[in-house]
Amino acid sequence: MKTESMAEQLELFGCIQCGKCTGGCPVARKTELNIRSLIYDMLVEPEMDLKAHPELWDCTACFTCVERCPKDVRPAELIIKLRGQLVESGRIPETIGTALNSIFRQGNPSGMAREDRAAWANGIPVKAAQEGCEILYFVGCIPCYDPRVQVVPRALVRAFTAAGLDFGTLGTEESCCGNEVRCMGEEGLFEMLVEDGSELIHSVGANRLVTTSPHCFNTFKNEYGLDGVEVLHYTQLIAELIEQGRLDFSHPPNLPGREAEGKIIVTYHDPCFLGKQNHIFDEPRAILKAIPGVKLVEMDRNRERSLCCEGGGGRMWVEGTNVEERLASQRVHQAVETGAEILAVACPFCLLTLEDAVKVQGLDDRLRVMDIMELVDLAL
Amino acid sequence: MESQPRIGVYVCHCGTNIAAMVDVEQVAEFAATLPHVVVARDYLYMCSDPGQTLIKQDIQEQQLTRVVVAACSPSMHEPTFRGATREGGINPYFMQMINIREQCSWVHTDREKATQKAKALVASAVAKAALLEPLEDREVGVTPGAVVIGGGVAGMIAALDVADAGFPVYLVEKSDHLGGHVADLNRVFPTLESAKELIEPLIKRVQTHPHVTVLLNSQVTGLEGYVGNFELQVTNSKSEGPNPKLSVGSIIIATGYDIFDPRRKPELGYGQYPNVITSLEMEHRLATGDLTVDGRSPQNVAFIQCVGSRDAQVGNLYCSRVCCMYTAKQSRLVRELLPQARVTVFFIDVRVFGKGGEEFYDETRAKRVRYRRGSVSEIYQRDGRVVLVGEDTLLSRPIEFEADLVVLAVGMEPRADTATLSTLFKLPRSADGFFMESHPKLRPVDTVVDGVFLAGCCQGPKDIPDTVAQAKAAASSALIPLILGTVPVESATAVVDADLCAGCGMCVDVCPFGAPALDPLWGVSRVNAVLCKGCGACAAACPSKAIQMQRFTPEQIMAQVDALME
Repeated sequence: MKTESMAEQLELFGCIQCGKCTGGCPVARKTELNIRSLIYDMLVEPEMDLKAHPELWDCTACFTCVERCPKDVRPAELIIKLRGQLVESGRIPETIGTALNSIFRQGNPSGMAREDRAAWANGIPVKAAQEGCEILYFVGCIPCYDPRVQVVPRALVRAFTAAGLDFGTLGTEESCCGNEVRCMGEEGLFEMLVEDGSELIHSVGANRLVTTSPHCFNTFKNEYGLDGVEVLHYTQLIAELIEQGRLDFSHPPNLPGREAEGKIIVTYHDPCFLGKQNHIFDEPRAILKAIPGVKLVEMDRNRERSLCCEGGGGRMWVEGTNVEERLASQRVHQAVETGAEILAVACPFCLLTLEDAVKVQGLDDRLRVMDIMELVDLAL
Repeated sequence: MESQPRIGVYVCHCGTNIAAMVDVEQVAEFAATLPHVVVARDYLYMCSDPGQTLIKQDIQEQQLTRVVVAACSPSMHEPTFRGATREGGINPYFMQMINIREQCSWVHTDREKATQKAKALVASAVAKAALLEPLEDREVGVTPGAVVIGGGVAGMIAALDVADAGFPVYLVEKSDHLGGHVADLNRVFPTLESAKELIEPLIKRVQTHPHVTVLLNSQVTGLEGYVGNFELQVTNSKSEGPNPKLSVGSIIIATGYDIFDPRRKPELGYGQYPNVITSLEMEHRLATGDLTVDGRSPQNVAFIQCVGSRDAQVGNLYCSRVCCMYTAKQSRLVRELLPQARVTVFFIDVRVFGKGGEEFYDETRAKRVRYRRGSVSEIYQRDGRVVLVGEDTLLSRPIEFEADLVVLAVGMEPRADTATLSTLFKLPRSADGFFMESHPKLRPVDTVVDGVFLAGCCQGPKDIPDTVAQAKAAASSALIPLILGTVPVESATAVVDADLCAGCGMCVDVCPFGAPALDPLWGVSRVNAVLCKGCGACAAACPSKAIQMQRFTPEQIMAQVDALME
């Protein structure tokens, strides 16, 4: 692959080789991925042999490199572009291909049928957004289909209803937002999803769009260009409802099976797409602090320094070149160190990866991973 | 009434600045055909000595009565060509400049059209030149003395130079002491002399100088007047007495800088980990000689360069210019105080450009300070120790580096009150937020406000030698009007025709300089020619057309417009 035009297009010439990108990269320390070095190659070598870089699929698209770059270079975009070259030539890991194909055919990466997309809401009255509503609730693929995550949209619907919001969902018409599609380099499919998705969203006429996942939130907010629609992550909306006094907690969360007495000690894991990439740090914490009986403690690495769970950028569907040392495993140990009994998250991917890590690390009896909305739901 | 005017037209090539886009020979040939033009020439650099000589000779040999120069902006060379015209023997205000560089050659890409436009502009200038009236150069007296704002190294040096020249100086300092940031330092690079020994004699000289009045706890809160005759309102935060008004001829701004607050880089853990400190805190520690952390001598000391500098994430794109040197200084002092400690400097580039800088850096490395290329991306804690996470870019390897003392080499920022002063003095700021000099190369201490000069870090980060050099330059420039004793004022002022004036007072309302006033006896407007800047606001506002701007009379402007339309 020729380097010159891509280096120009991505404005890599601004790079001063300071190494803050690779230095901050959570996977650089466990695999061959070195984004600073890749940028250098792009600048000084006329060609790049992509076959020599299987570690391109290790990137979790956490965008720490973009946050740290003092010269506004956006190193992660280079990985996305290089992945794009691999996608175009069909040289992609099989599992990524399967996920992309499923998104193209069924609107979700998990190989599930489109007509089952609204099954999570069976038995719960949810208005169809197409009838008109003030707030469009975009549920997202994993919350729609994954049995572990489905509790989150259900909890959200109960909270929205309790607060008297006029909201609706797109039901089975909802399709993947494309955030991970973009990160995996499938630009063509992403553009198609943006085009169809924008049209559908605008047709509803809601002036606010709220998402379960920080990934959907990020792509709607920063990539879609949805004029006249305010895009929110659910933590922003719930924090606003608490602030306005529209959500009343009646009691501490009733945690099934909890034997310990006293305050529930909770620590919070900042998802990359919510925290680092969109600087939403305070709202999730405000919600946790508002729940009666909950004490929030912080991990050493919090907010801007939160450790990526390794679930983003397509990594839910591909293992990467180093399977042994999952970052999520490190992360759950950091949570245990705080003395917390609950590791609260605000992202479907974080929920799954961290809960897996708790099991793998044998920490089941010491730490539970829960979405913030599960705690809210148990306290309403 | 004079006989027919005799006009000479001079078209400048400005090297290729004009000639590359405008056919200057053709413009000169065209000019020669215009009414009253007796000679038209083009020349490589009209502002050069031979160029000016052409004008002077023609005035004498061809008995010219008017001169038109088609060249750059009048703000660049109007005084030059007025001078040449005067030396040729006619009134300097018989010279009319027309701008065919900034307003023509520089902004166009079609040579033919640019040449057409230049011709039209020259024709308009010739039409106006025929109607020019002679004016007299005017000047006013200067209030001897200067105000220096800021009592750091820059302000003190500037104040002393002006005072040593024999003029009274008011040194206005916001805090309760002199010395600025240097007073907080331990030893200074590259001499390693004590900052105290450097600054205390300076403070003493300022305090005891017969011509210097030090105003502590004081701020300038009001400004009136113009070069030569400023009046400044000073407010003292500690005293309740009447606030003094200072009358001076020139002003030097030396307000210094703020230190970058590293809490704006939360990933570095400053404010969270007690063993992550700023370089200024390190100065205090070096001054006391106590480097212990939790009662123990640190074994691993790390310095991180460029914190808050060269960083788009915090909006500071510039290099702070002192951090590389003070880090070399501090790291080396740590090696001397703690011979057992391993000292590592994480850098992006090492910039030690000042006199003696590279030599100092060599000596620092010889003292076994280890320089590692690669900036630190974040700092976190593991088992009670701080861990620096980054990449050694020469090893091409991500690293985790445990340290027990970390020094953040914080940079400089424009002072938080820069905006207030900028509004008060009408001083523009450059993109980096510091005060902007008039010209980055040729007028480095001047500002766009005549009589107001800049010294030290309020204009941009610099070390002590550069600060002192700039302070001395500012003092010398500020002395010019004080020594001359007079300053030229605008000759082309507004003139009121008392027969037409209805005394409505609109001119009084619109004038930003307070020049017109209604005559209490006659009820008509009178313009104070000393205060008038010739901006023309009153002439435009006057409903009876009783006010005319000299050099911009309706006849002159209409003649220009007519010539442009032809």
